[in-house]
Amino acid sequence: MSEWPLWEVFIRSQHGLAHRHVGSLHAPTSEMAVCNARDVYTRRNEGVSIWVVKSADISASEPNNKDMLFEPSHDKIFRHPTFYDLPDDVDYM
Amino acid sequence: MNNNIEELSLSLFMGDNNLILSHRLSEWTGHAPVLEEELALANVALDLLGQARMWLEYAAEISEDYKTADDLAYKREIWEFRNVALVEQPNGHFGDTIVRQFYYDNWHKLILEHLYQSENERIAGIAEKSLKEVRYHLERSAQWTVLLGDGTEESHNKLQTSVNHFWPYALELCNTNTANSGFDDDLASLSRQTWIDSLSNIIAEATLQLPETEFSYSGGREGIHTEHLSLILAEMQCLPRAYPGTQW
Repeated sequence: MSEWPLWEVFIRSQHGLAHRHVGSLHAPTSEMAVCNARDVYTRRNEGVSIWVVKSADISASEPNNKDMLFEPSHDKIFRHPTFYDLPDDVDYM
Repeated sequence: MNNNIEELSLSLFMGDNNLILSHRLSEWTGHAPVLEEELALANVALDLLGQARMWLEYAAEISEDYKTADDLAYKREIWEFRNVALVEQPNGHFGDTIVRQFYYDNWHKLILEHLYQSENERIAGIAEKSLKEVRYHLERSAQWTVLLGDGTEESHNKLQTSVNHFWPYALELCNTNTANSGFDDDLASLSRQTWIDSLSNIIAEATLQLPETEFSYSGGREGIHTEHLSLILAEMQCLPRAYPGTQW
């Protein structure tokens, strides 16, 4: 059974929110992966939608490239708009 | 004389089928081929147990002999159980369990869709609640049937053997020649053909063939069971029988 591919599971907990990565699992097909995700991750009413993606299909950044990817934004404070007051009615910013 | 004999008979039939199959599926816990399947099988077992509880609670309300669902599950003798022989059959290998489940899920969904139309609100309510879970059960067992049937030569051969083996047991689900079933003959004869039709797409996709034999097991609804049920009950009932009224 070790040849079953690994799938990353994303669940949208409610309408209006983005899918969030919740974990991974093994399954022989994408349909079975959705079924298994239902059993492993949504038994307590967590979601309205499930995505599964083969882990092998995800391209990830190298830890070594952290500086190149993230460092340059530190000195550009206008990219961190923490000094704006948000109205209370605006959720999920 | 009980005025609700049809309702009692129906709810015992539905409840007992779910209860015994749930017990069988729970035997996979700790033995399933992979973690994901272990969770899935246990979840289906829990779904069926919950449904058995709803049916048996209703049965206990109508029954003159038993007061609670627990009484019905733990204090009845083997000849008082109304389930079909299919759900008593041992789990076998994973493919056996899948085929048994596929036969059952197809029938279960059809019968619930019918009961959902019932004028009896209690029955319609239980059916509605159960249907949401059973649609998923069928999705799973159908996918596995196709995967294994249309898989390797070995998995195909094993699954065809399972399909043949469980066929006479599965036909009992739609057996019309039983008294006091709680169903009218129209429903029984309709659902046998509808049931076979409902199987055929998936069976064809799985490159499998349904047996042509019409021999069917019978007797479950009259309390006549295979020896497997006595072993299941011995395990399931030993604790409440040894320590009546015990709680934890």
